[in-house]
Amino acid sequence: MAKHLRVFRHTPEHRKKGTMRRRLPEWFVLLLPAFIIMAAVVLIPLVFSLYSSFTPYKLTRPSTLWRWIGTSNYEKILTDVKFWSAFGRTILFLTIALNLELLFGLLIALMVNKVTLGQRTIRTILMFPMMFSPILVGFQFKFIFNDNIGLANNALQALGISDAALPWLVDGKLAMFSIIFAEVWMSTSVFAVLILAGLFAIPRDPLEAAKVDGCTAWQTFRHITLPFLMPFIFIALTIRSLDVARAYDIVQIMTGGGPAGRTELIWTLMSRTGYVDARMGLANAMGYVSILLSIAFTIYFFKKLSAARSELGFGDKI
Amino acid sequence: MTEVTLNGVVKRYGKHEAVHGVDLKIHDGEFMVLVGPSGCGKSTTLRMIAGLEDISDGEISIGSRVVNDLPPRERNISMVFQNYALYPHMTVRENLGFTLRIAKQPEAEIETAVKKAAGILGLDELMERRPSELSGGERQRVAMGRAIVRRPDVFLFDEPLSNLDAKLRTQMRVEIKKLHQRVGNTIIYVTHDQVEAMTLADRIVLMRDGHIVQVGTPLELFNNPFNTFSATFIGSPPMNLIDGVVTDADTIVLRNSLTVPIPAAACGQVVSGQLVQFGFRADNLMPVGHAVEETGKLVDLELSVSLTEPLGTETLLFADFAGQEVQAKMLNPRPVKPGETIAFHLMLDKCHVFDAANGKALRD
Repeated sequence: MAKHLRVFRHTPEHRKKGTMRRRLPEWFVLLLPAFIIMAAVVLIPLVFSLYSSFTPYKLTRPSTLWRWIGTSNYEKILTDVKFWSAFGRTILFLTIALNLELLFGLLIALMVNKVTLGQRTIRTILMFPMMFSPILVGFQFKFIFNDNIGLANNALQALGISDAALPWLVDGKLAMFSIIFAEVWMSTSVFAVLILAGLFAIPRDPLEAAKVDGCTAWQTFRHITLPFLMPFIFIALTIRSLDVARAYDIVQIMTGGGPAGRTELIWTLMSRTGYVDARMGLANAMGYVSILLSIAFTIYFFKKLSAARSELGFGDKI
Repeated sequence: MTEVTLNGVVKRYGKHEAVHGVDLKIHDGEFMVLVGPSGCGKSTTLRMIAGLEDISDGEISIGSRVVNDLPPRERNISMVFQNYALYPHMTVRENLGFTLRIAKQPEAEIETAVKKAAGILGLDELMERRPSELSGGERQRVAMGRAIVRRPDVFLFDEPLSNLDAKLRTQMRVEIKKLHQRVGNTIIYVTHDQVEAMTLADRIVLMRDGHIVQVGTPLELFNNPFNTFSATFIGSPPMNLIDGVVTDADTIVLRNSLTVPIPAAACGQVVSGQLVQFGFRADNLMPVGHAVEETGKLVDLELSVSLTEPLGTETLLFADFAGQEVQAKMLNPRPVKPGETIAFHLMLDKCHVFDAANGKALRD
């Protein structure tokens, strides 16, 4: 019996099996290119930036990258008034801009939905603001709100509403208003288009049933249309909250975070810290703190989204 | 008193006219069924009564009010839709109570009305579920419950059973009839299924191409069809129609020079040489000797059977009659082989003659 086994172990098939065992599993080999690319473009930069947030890394002095200072950057941020006011201002900016965009987007979508002739054309025109680069939108509104030659002041003066040249981009509150105005102008159509898609998806029957059941137009909207639109609204809010939370270009062009930091948002502060002051370690730490903001908003809206979906009976919670 | 009156009601979509001047009077408490093939304008007519479609011309009144310019919510009607049209984000209880809540009724009253409707339709167990958790039949019952709760003057049903399977459809048909006997309201019911129309209706309105073809009780439509369309649409299997020519000897010559006498009822209406269609139902062409009571004048025929459809209490026989396939009915059936020649009796008094030119029945 033992002799027979020894003979078996030396058959060629067995050797072949042995080499098979040493090879990597096929699924791993097939996925390897994806793994490598993911690591190169996402994982390594992520780990590197996380590491650098624990160092006093300055772009001008590369050697600082190797000095570990623990959580000192984070401690500095936690007590930094400038950071927290930018953080708070970003939340304010986000809240006002998103609410306005939602409101206007909803109104526009409801109106466009009523249009029967040329609706396609209107839908296309509606998306024009989305097609411009935010940088260009920033320049455009910087011109419009210029206190000497801008359209806004010219119009106000020509209509006799105001004599004074309003300092649109200099006064802290007005500057914030101007930036929000530009942001809303550019991105309301995101809401309009998504909500319009939601309106198209509403079945006709419940709307008609509501009419027969005695609903006025407002009641139909409140009790039937709006619940159907909620999933679409939350999708739009999720996408836009991520978008607005990283607002940088429009602000940078229009005010550069100024005057004197009165329109400073997280990302303008971060880029100034990282690239102008060259304190990349600190900037990365700020990035990691502010990412919490985005995550919090995303989780919040996503929960709302799945609640709205399950309320309509669209499958289970996501 | 809730009569519904349609006076020359027209519906136009742009240049296309879908409903051409419909005149109709539906009595208080009547179960009126609008039936016809798809695209005949029956649903459009119903939707005009509901106020979901504008009325292009003519006048609709519910009770003593002309409702042409009233929005649906002021017409005091309830509608049950083909796709149930439940509110997916509300529970059954909320769905049922919605109309009263919108009308700002006191909570206690809503509760009572909802409970009552749920009792009538056996929905008590389902009150906290959402529509997505209900079966088709349950959804349809909720839709009917929602209609009852509103306590409307008129119920409108738009093909409410078309989305249910055959067995459930039969069951719900009975429930709808019971519901009508219980609440006694005027009901206007649209369907394309003639069986539903026959079984449910007090009166049937048969429509085609935006016109009313015939209005009458189910038996009137069945026994005295106004034209060949009525004859073939109402009743299953459809009436057999055979082309023929009237001769002066009070007979009709069919193809293959087979002749049949003219039924007594049609004698005064035909002229010699007129092209006609001779019609009879399968029930009136019976194999001889199957313990069937035969009435009136009988015509003896020998027909060759090509196909049989046994249904249990009866068997449908497809036979060759003057070169055309006709259906006959064998009660107390025995097995029949294809190709077998059988002696039949045709009950002449129940046969019909239609004008071949316009399809109209020729009858005194």
